[in-house]
Amino acid sequence: MSIGLTQGAYIAAAVLFILSLGGLSGQESAKRAVWYGIVGMAIAVVGTIFGPEVSLGFFGWFFLIVMLAAGSALGYMAATRVQMTEMPQLVAALHSFVGLAAVFIGLNAHIEAARVAAMDDIARSALAGFAAVLAHKTTVELNILRVEVFLGIFIGAVTFTGSVVAFGKLAGKVDGKAKQLQGGHLLNAGAAILSLLMLVLYLKTASIFPLFLMTALALFIGYHLIMGIGGADMPVVVSMLNSYSGWAAAAIGFTLGNDLLIVTGALVGSSGAILSYIMCKAMNRSFISVILGGFGNTTGPAMEIAGEQVAIDAEGVAAALNDADSVIIVPGYGMAVAQAQQSVSELTRKLRARGKEVRFAIHPVAGRLPGHMNVLLAEAKVPYDIVLEMDEINEDFPSTDVVIVIGSNDIVNPAAQEDPNSPIAGMPVLEVWKAKQVFVSKRGQGTGYSGIENPLFYKDNTRMFYGDAKKSLDALIPMID
Amino acid sequence: MKIGALTEVFAGENRVAMTPESALAIQKLGHSCCIQSGAGDKAGFTDAAYAAAGVEVLADAKAVLAAADVVVKVRGPEEKEAKALRQGQTLISFFWPAQNPDLLETVKAQGATVVAMDMVPRISRAQKMDALSSTANLAGYRAVIEAANNFPRFFTGQVTAAGKVPPAKVLVVGAGVAGLAAIGASVSLGAITYAFDVRPEVAEQIESMGAEFVYLDFAEQTQDGAATGGYAAPSSPEFREAQLKKFRELAPDMDIVITTALIPGRPAPKLWTEDMVRAMKRGSVIVDLAAERGGNCDLTVPDEKIVTDNGVTIVGYTDFPSRMATQASSLYSNNIRHMLADLTPKKDGVIVHNMEDDVIRSATVAHDGAITYPPPPPKVQAIAAAKPKEKARELTPEERKAQEAAAFKQQTRNQVVMLAAGGALMGLVGLYAPASFMSHFIVFVLACFVGFQVIWNVSHSLHTPLMAVTNAISGIIVLGALLQIGSGNFFVLILAAVSVLIATINIVGGFLVTRRMLAMFQKS
Repeated sequence: MSIGLTQGAYIAAAVLFILSLGGLSGQESAKRAVWYGIVGMAIAVVGTIFGPEVSLGFFGWFFLIVMLAAGSALGYMAATRVQMTEMPQLVAALHSFVGLAAVFIGLNAHIEAARVAAMDDIARSALAGFAAVLAHKTTVELNILRVEVFLGIFIGAVTFTGSVVAFGKLAGKVDGKAKQLQGGHLLNAGAAILSLLMLVLYLKTASIFPLFLMTALALFIGYHLIMGIGGADMPVVVSMLNSYSGWAAAAIGFTLGNDLLIVTGALVGSSGAILSYIMCKAMNRSFISVILGGFGNTTGPAMEIAGEQVAIDAEGVAAALNDADSVIIVPGYGMAVAQAQQSVSELTRKLRARGKEVRFAIHPVAGRLPGHMNVLLAEAKVPYDIVLEMDEINEDFPSTDVVIVIGSNDIVNPAAQEDPNSPIAGMPVLEVWKAKQVFVSKRGQGTGYSGIENPLFYKDNTRMFYGDAKKSLDALIPMID
Repeated sequence: MKIGALTEVFAGENRVAMTPESALAIQKLGHSCCIQSGAGDKAGFTDAAYAAAGVEVLADAKAVLAAADVVVKVRGPEEKEAKALRQGQTLISFFWPAQNPDLLETVKAQGATVVAMDMVPRISRAQKMDALSSTANLAGYRAVIEAANNFPRFFTGQVTAAGKVPPAKVLVVGAGVAGLAAIGASVSLGAITYAFDVRPEVAEQIESMGAEFVYLDFAEQTQDGAATGGYAAPSSPEFREAQLKKFRELAPDMDIVITTALIPGRPAPKLWTEDMVRAMKRGSVIVDLAAERGGNCDLTVPDEKIVTDNGVTIVGYTDFPSRMATQASSLYSNNIRHMLADLTPKKDGVIVHNMEDDVIRSATVAHDGAITYPPPPPKVQAIAAAKPKEKARELTPEERKAQEAAAFKQQTRNQVVMLAAGGALMGLVGLYAPASFMSHFIVFVLACFVGFQVIWNVSHSLHTPLMAVTNAISGIIVLGALLQIGSGNFFVLILAAVSVLIATINIVGGFLVTRRMLAMFQKS
């Protein structure tokens, strides 16, 4: 295959990737968009393997085929076995792979560059592939190459450990609370400054030692940064890591002089950045404050809450549902934890069969992944046209008979609007308390992730439906008639 | 402790402060109960029913007063009854301490404790003891029934073969508990219902009951009900004039007027003047729920139903709750029972008069030989203060145009600054970087730009699939590994091979899981 044909394949792949992302604007076009992505990827891989820049020996082919086959098999297994509630973990785990690959490829680039630099002119002219490209670089270009290698490895390493920690937190293998070593963000800043020194050193000496040291520092930064961020901020973290994995790919693209890598990396990077921005806006917090962790910027004592939480049993909820004409269900992370989405779907089906209007209100940061709730409800066969976003449905609460809040807390907290001293003041929330009646399905009387009291639970029109969400709903369903 | 209920001596009072049902609940608190023989007769509860519920039936009031530690009643005590209270005895009933200072002196002299049911504060915790609300609810409902009884037409509009019947028009003045109950009853009978209140924040409640709020175009600082514990306060003369003008406008159209306006501790405000009554149609009905306190209507005669010269019936009964004695007694006796439950915190039959408790403190008007009225303001703010409502002012077309132009200018300026800064940055990079780098850099910047443009259109509900698909696409890093796998260096070969492996997992896993997710999204 000539270089021109490979470039042509890259252009086709880039266009297909852009179409693939653009197609996600609607549920129906999205189904087609995935195919664009798959075809684009196939064209890119085939175009590269048979391209002029790749010269494979026997070992090369052997490793390539074995690895492609093994990777496909593992990927297939992961994708088919994963539960929809485990989606956040899977995404985080996959991000870590991209990060690790970026580190390896960056190291390789350095080794190759060192090898080529050690050759004499005759040996150089005999080189092929990536090494040949390296051989023709000027001093300035080599310096730029080093910066690119350095950046690629740095971002890749941060992405790798960060994603591993995020995976651990999401899978419940690491405590979800925000934890930091003594010194907090000063440690991160120190490590970053040290890394910068390593860059200078690396440019001066071109030895592999500063590169290794920087890799270790970056691995630490990734670990420590994400350890300091709590479970409920994971939507931001995961989309941020998504963005990083893209930037890592782009940096590697610069190193290797591969335009397709650059284009795709930039696409993924900006996509993750926008998602992070959307998530932060949904919490009314700046990106910096999320990354630097934790609430705690309160300006005064929280508003006193008067009244008491009144409990109710399944019969009471059923009676209210039987009388209601319009129902809105607000799911949160608690629904995912209790695996209650099937029960929710069953309840929805039964209520709809009785001619009641049932809709779902989804807060942008509900769950642990952007759009997490939508996927869970889709899995349970809840039609997507009754699943609405916060902005679409917030005005409808006053005319709604019954709201059922399942395992969400902060996203329905009226303190965000009523109490200027609340840590979540100003965060857009679902105004469920404006409905005629609110039922909150919750395990116990505890507070939400942010550890703040929720005045909603004390309102006159709120009743607490204590217990595991799935069990509660299963008890409720037979009573709907 | 022994709880005793007396027969009401006030003429026409049919209610009783204890029912067999409430007696059972009181006994569960560890108390014993007694009742004057025949006390529940008029409310439909026989002595035998009380006896069956374990209540000791005593022959007369004297015996009850002698036996009981706590005396419960509906109406406030007559002078004679007050004198019969003894040292340390507790009376729970309506009392109206502001209107009855002499009576208060009498009970103080007797050394008795008085818990006035009308002084229970309006806070969430005390709602179960709020006898004013429970009786007002009955009164409101009954007022509509009385009006219907005296109104010679249908409430609901009908189109029949024999002709068309227009719906009745009902105006409810004062949307407190009684007013809202009246609105509910009237709307469910099918009348077109209007309601007025001086507190604009109740407009929402009125509309939620299905009535139309009569807006008064008046610029004065409007009342905030929260400041007065949810009750109305007197209004300025100017406001009153505006209000009367509005009523005068409405009067000829209204078939039924139900007035419920009361201001705590004052005579009822006169809102429906004689000339308004004259303006009404023949056959119209006015029900004045404020009759006991002088009436909202000029012509109201308390306790009587009169018909004016122009054929308007004015109902001035003061005993609406008593007309539904059984229901009223059940609700009131439950209020009493809840009060006793609060007074008996350990449920062991020992009454602890905790003057630190907001509810008990407010309701107690005489205790230990001292007058404890008026109570200090409650520690807990009853109702959250209403926030001043800021209505977005309607902008004139010119202002809107100016605003849009300013916004456009601002946007343009932002974009120009950003483009200039970006351009300068690019120029700076181009100055130092070699051409081979710049050609890749162009691609990079354009790709970022395209990414930003494309991703904004992604639907919120597809954010998880978006993450999965970008994840799969970021597996493109496999290209880097592919380029290196042909290297002669063995170490490089191994690292590249591992990179190919994990990037492939990413690609295959990412795309498959995206497909799986998208296949689940279904339209209904």
